[in-house]
Parts: sequence; structure tokens; C-alpha cells
Amino acid sequence: MSTIVSLPDQSTARLPKVSYLNKEYGLKSWLLTGDHKRIAMLYLISITFFFFIGGAMAALIRMELLTPPSDLLAADTYNKVFTAHGLIMVFFFLVPSVPATIGNFLIPIMVGAKDLAFPKINLLSWYLYIAAGTLMICVLTFGGVDTGWTFTTPLSTHYLNTNVVSAGLAVFIAGFSSIFTGLNFIVTIHRMRAPGMTWFRLPLFVWSHYAASILMVLGTPVLAITLVLVVLERTIGIGVFDPTKGGDPLLFQHLFWFYSHPAVYIMILPGMGVISEVISTFSRKRVFGYTAVAFSSVAIAVFGFFVWAHHMFIMGISNYSALVFSLLTMLVAVPSAIKIFNWSATLYKGSITFETPMLYAFGFLGLFTIGGLTGVFLGTLGMDIHLTETYFIVAHFHFVMVGGMLMAFLAGVHFWWPKMTGRMYPESVSKLAAVITFVGFVLTFFPQFVLGYLGMPRRYAAYPPEFQVLNVFSSAGATVLGVGYLLPMLYLTWSLKYGKIAGPNPWQATGLEWQIQSPPLTENFEETPIVTHEAYDYEWLESRKGSEVPTVG
Amino acid sequence: MDSHTLAAQTAETPHLELGHPPFLRHHFENVAQQREAATFGMWLFLLTEIMFFGGLFCAYLIFRNWYYPAFVAGSHSLHIWAGTLNTTLLIISSFTMAMAVHAAETRNRKPLLRWMILTIILGCGFLCVKAYEWHDEWVEHHVPGLNFSPVGFEHGTKAYPDDKLAPDMAEKTQVYFSLYFAMTGMHALHMIIGISLLIFLLIRARGGAYTAGHIAPIENFGLYWHFVDIVWIFLFPLLYLISRHQ
Repeated sequence: MSTIVSLPDQSTARLPKVSYLNKEYGLKSWLLTGDHKRIAMLYLISITFFFFIGGAMAALIRMELLTPPSDLLAADTYNKVFTAHGLIMVFFFLVPSVPATIGNFLIPIMVGAKDLAFPKINLLSWYLYIAAGTLMICVLTFGGVDTGWTFTTPLSTHYLNTNVVSAGLAVFIAGFSSIFTGLNFIVTIHRMRAPGMTWFRLPLFVWSHYAASILMVLGTPVLAITLVLVVLERTIGIGVFDPTKGGDPLLFQHLFWFYSHPAVYIMILPGMGVISEVISTFSRKRVFGYTAVAFSSVAIAVFGFFVWAHHMFIMGISNYSALVFSLLTMLVAVPSAIKIFNWSATLYKGSITFETPMLYAFGFLGLFTIGGLTGVFLGTLGMDIHLTETYFIVAHFHFVMVGGMLMAFLAGVHFWWPKMTGRMYPESVSKLAAVITFVGFVLTFFPQFVLGYLGMPRRYAAYPPEFQVLNVFSSAGATVLGVGYLLPMLYLTWSLKYGKIAGPNPWQATGLEWQIQSPPLTENFEETPIVTHEAYDYEWLESRKGSEVPTVG
Repeated sequence: MDSHTLAAQTAETPHLELGHPPFLRHHFENVAQQREAATFGMWLFLLTEIMFFGGLFCAYLIFRNWYYPAFVAGSHSLHIWAGTLNTTLLIISSFTMAMAVHAAETRNRKPLLRWMILTIILGCGFLCVKAYEWHDEWVEHHVPGLNFSPVGFEHGTKAYPDDKLAPDMAEKTQVYFSLYFAMTGMHALHMIIGISLLIFLLIRARGGAYTAGHIAPIENFGLYWHFVDIVWIFLFPLLYLISRHQ
């Protein structure tokens, strides 16, 4: 199979003498760093840790659902386990996954800057994440919480005696970490672009992070105030959501989903940015319809704010508002489809090679399309009333979040691993892992569409025996998926010491990040670059081979 | 420093912006870029604050529509003099803060310190009046969840004898007071954070940190302070001035 990978001669190649990794040594130089690349690495380690805790919870859920009765876990424990899975995966893995790691590492380099605009706030964001994560671990260790990740009132305020307040506080703090990341990105993209780096020369990765940052900055504070009100209601008993005092639980739903629906776009948009980069690089073509893809990110961010009530069709909102929100929900499908079509058109007549990141990107295309289309089913009023609160919903959002975002995250980690560490991952085992992940994923979640269609409700530890066969498929798939996630962790760690030396541009990619050494210097560029070409301009790359990047002193 | 050298220095500022003063962080090209980034970041942060308070204002709007008589009665039970006094204090404090920014711009260390101290005093004054009001509401049994009693609202008050609510509407005054405490509480929390930051800035300003061209922290803190002030400008009519003409 053909490949575009070109590595330097391994017998003579050396890692650069000075890079951000070895500029300073010692724990303190990491924990007090202002360097966006080091903070990205801190984030990468932390979110991987939380991913495996959340994954362990998923394993418990799938083991319990192997048999119809609630036997491995008591119903109460099961509630705590799926709540923990949701809280950790949403707030401690998916929301920071691509932006805080790959985005943090690459946004300043891609715009041609030395660092993010506010390095200290960037570090603060990581510390807030760690504080929130530690608190969340304590919550789970000392009794857990069983509201579901949605903190639904009045269940969370009146009927449970678990650690709702401290869990709410943990999410509140994690929210600020996310706000600071988004704020930093927006300011950096606006104010720190290198000379010549116009908005329409930015890689699409930057555009999608810009859109996601808008959502972080505008949505997260609403979640914060909602959680404050829940905590006040639970601790001192104010009456904003409590119907016995005149409050309205539906208001909680509105406020919560006003953040939590855009939050799914916070999770998926950065992943879409990764896919744009990967697909362009491995089909050697400029992304088809660059402007359309760029604006579709912004459109998703804007529309994303006006569809939240589709989570509430069965909660007693008026028929008219349900109708309007259903219509608006369909609208979000348009920019998402624009992206999918443009990526397909990029592949058309491209010189496609099947490197590992590309395999993950193909996984993303298929799985995200299924996840997105089933979202249109669910946005349809009649279908939603039948399917909501069933496994159909579970399958739908796992196709988007796991099949979409996690695939994109892994694509990104593999794609930029040589840049981050200076070393290549082992090629064949990583391709194997990509295929295993895809197969495991489909086996796990496809049966859940059928289960949901047949009427199996979500969030129960027990189910009728006739659903067992499909549940066994799903649990078996989860095992395969687990192997698919463990493999990268093992071989990527291995590659830190034994991987081949990657050189500055193993993929022959066009981004600014590929024109500097791997791993980069602390200040990224020796001299500020001057940008004279469009993004994904492979002819420019050909023409400049052997010559230097133009720079200003 | 007399005013002549001062004016001369201010005129020199453009030259300074091309050089490498000690406060220019390594990742910015020049002072102008650093200052623009900081200000832009502050405005974005204020945008998040608008969304934060926006959730409360949204709740207020809905419940005021539903339980208007309860909101009127609840509003009538507040001390209008205290609200007015606090509004005055905050507006004056915004003025003193603006003067502090001006003092930093013109590199006058002593006036900068004076205006900052004045702002701190006014902010603390606001919090004292607020604490007095909260205490009063506690005594009146108006704190939802802790010691609330709607009985008073079923009979009307001396000042507003018409505020006789049916028992179920009297219960709804709890929603008014829930929002009252949540909104003024969140606002007071922002005031406390603001005063703490101001004390921190004051300590650094004593050493002359903000009177040598590096005014961004003072300027951006000023934006925050005005924002907190503006939130109160909205809270005052919404909470204190409902149907006062009755």
C-alpha cells in the first residue's frame, strides 16, 4: 500500500537538542509552566486518567447488563455507576478532550504565535480541572451521586441523600476551567495571528476551535448559575425550581439544556477540526469548499444555541414551542451535512493513503453520519415521543460522542504524536487498534439502536429477558472496544522511547506546525513566520522544499 | 512628579510601546498587542458574566409574569431608602474607579492610591447596607427555606394596606425572595471578589507598578467594577421599584 510517510534516515537522525520537553527539567518546571505545549501534555495525561475511570464505570454497566436481573450491582449502585460514567465522561473527558490537549498544543502554533494570549490563565485552567477532578473522585469514593449527569430537579434537590452538592460544585469548577480555555482561544485567534495569517488562511482546525470556544464562553456560565441555584435549593431550600413553593422544575430543564445542548457541539466541533486536517493531508488536496466548512462550524455554534428544548419534548413544554424547536433541530443537520459532503468531496480524486489517523477519520465519517442522522429522527416530534429515554437515545449520542469525538481525538493524537513527541507510533499495531476500535464500537452500540426501538428504557439495572441477546452483543462489543482503547495507550507510551525519529514533517503536511522542528521549541518559532499561502496549499509545500520559511527578524 | 514632566512622559508613550518595557510578556510582539489582548479578554469575561446573571434575570422575568401580585408585595417590603443609598454608593464608586484609571493613565501614584482606597470604602459601605437589609429580612421571616413565613403578606402592611394576598399567592412571595437572595447574593459575592482584587492591586500600586505605563490591570479591573455596578443598576428597579406608585 502506498504511503506518504517520509522519515529521516534513522541511522543518523537525532531528536533536536533543545525542545519544549527538555528546555527545563524537574517537576516544578512542569507544574508552574506557562508553556501551552507543556500544559497540553499535563491535560493529556489527566484526561487519559479520567477516561479510564469513566471507562471502568462503563465496563461495570455493561457487565451488569449481561443478564436481565439486577444481580452484579444493586439498583442503587447501578444508578451511581451510570451517573459517575456520565459525569466523568462529559465534564472530565469529552469537553476538554481535543481543545485542552491538541487544541492547546496547536492553536498558537497554527496561528503563528509564541503562546496563547494568557499563559497563566491557561495554567489556572488546568489547576481548576484538577481541583474539580479531585473533588469528583472524592464524591465518587465517599458515597457517590445518583442523579444522572443531568442533576434533574426535584430529584436532585429533594429526593436523594447522595453527594449532590459536592458533585455540583465539582462540575461548577470544571466549568470555569472550560471557560478559561475558550476565552484564551478566542483572544489568541483574534489578536495573535502572525503577519499574513488572515482569517481565511487559518487551518479549519482553528475555525472549529473558534466556534467551540464561543459555545464554551457563552454556554458554560448558564450551567454555573443553574448549579448554584440547585445547590442553594438543596442546602437552604430557596424555591426557584421547587413547585411546592411556586418554583418550576421545567425552568431547571430549560437552563440546564441551554448549556448542555451546546455542550455537545463543544465536544464535537474540535473533533471536526481534526478530521478536516487529517482528510486533507492524506488525500493531498485542499479541503473542498474551505469557506463553507469554516462557516458551517460557526453556523453549528449559532444554531446550537436555539435547539435545547428538543431534550424536553415529553416534559410538558407547549406544542407550539416543541414544533419550533423540532424545526430548528433539523436546521443543525444542514451545516453538519455540509461538512460531511465537503470531506467526501475532498476525498474525491484525491491521492488517498491509509495511515492510522486516516483510518480513524474514516471511522469518524461513517459513525458520525449515523449518529447525526439518528439525531434527525430524534428531533422529529412523533419519533421522539416513542424513542426518548430508551436505548435509542443512548446509541445515538454514543455514535456522536464516542464514534465521532473519540475517533477524532484518537485520529488527532496519532496525527500530531510525531509533532508532540518527535517520535512515530508503531504503524501496523496502530492500524490494528483503529480497526479493533471500529469493530468494537459498532458491535457495542449498534444493537442498542434496535433495543431502543423495541422499547428498552435507559437507566435501569434490570430488563426483560427477551432483550438479553442484543445486550450480550453489546457487552461483548464493549470488551473489544476496551482492547481498542488500551492498545494505543500501551504502544504510544512505548513509542516515547523506542519510536522512530519522526523529523519535522513526516506527513508532508502544509500547516505551520509542520514547518518547525518536532518536538517544537518552547517559543515555537525561531522567528515570527510570515504567511504567504492559503491553508492546505500542497503546491506551495512542493515549491518551498529545500528553501526556508520566510520570516521577520 | 509635577504636571510638566508628567505631560512630557505621556507624550512619550508611543515610543515606549515600540521598546521592550519590563512588563511586556515574552509572547507578545509589542505593548499595544498585549494591551489589546488583555482588554479583549476582559470584555469576553464580562460576556460570560452577563450569561451568568442572565440565567437569574430569565428566571425573574418568568416568575414576575406569573406571580405579579406576590412580586409587588415582596418588593414593597424592602427598604427603598437602603436600595437608593446603595445605588448612590455604587454610582459614586464607579466614578472614583474611573478617576483611579485616569490617575494611572496620567501616572499619578498618590491620586491613584487615594481613588482606589475611596472605591474600596464605598464598596464596603455598600456591603454593610446590604448586610443590614439581609438581617432585617431575617428578622421579618422573609428568608425562604430557613425561616420563611408568608403570613405577613396575607394582611397587608401599614405603608401598603392594599397588599392583601390570597394564601396561595402569599406563598409565592417565596419565589420573589428566593430570587432576591440569589440575585443580591451573587451580586454581593462579585462585590467581595472585586474588593479583594482591589486590595491586591492597591498593594502593588503602592510600589508604583501601575504608574509607569502598565495600566492594563487597573483599566481592566475598572471594567469589572463598572460591570458589577451595572448589574446593580438593573437589580435595583427590578427588585425594589415594582409598582411603588400604589
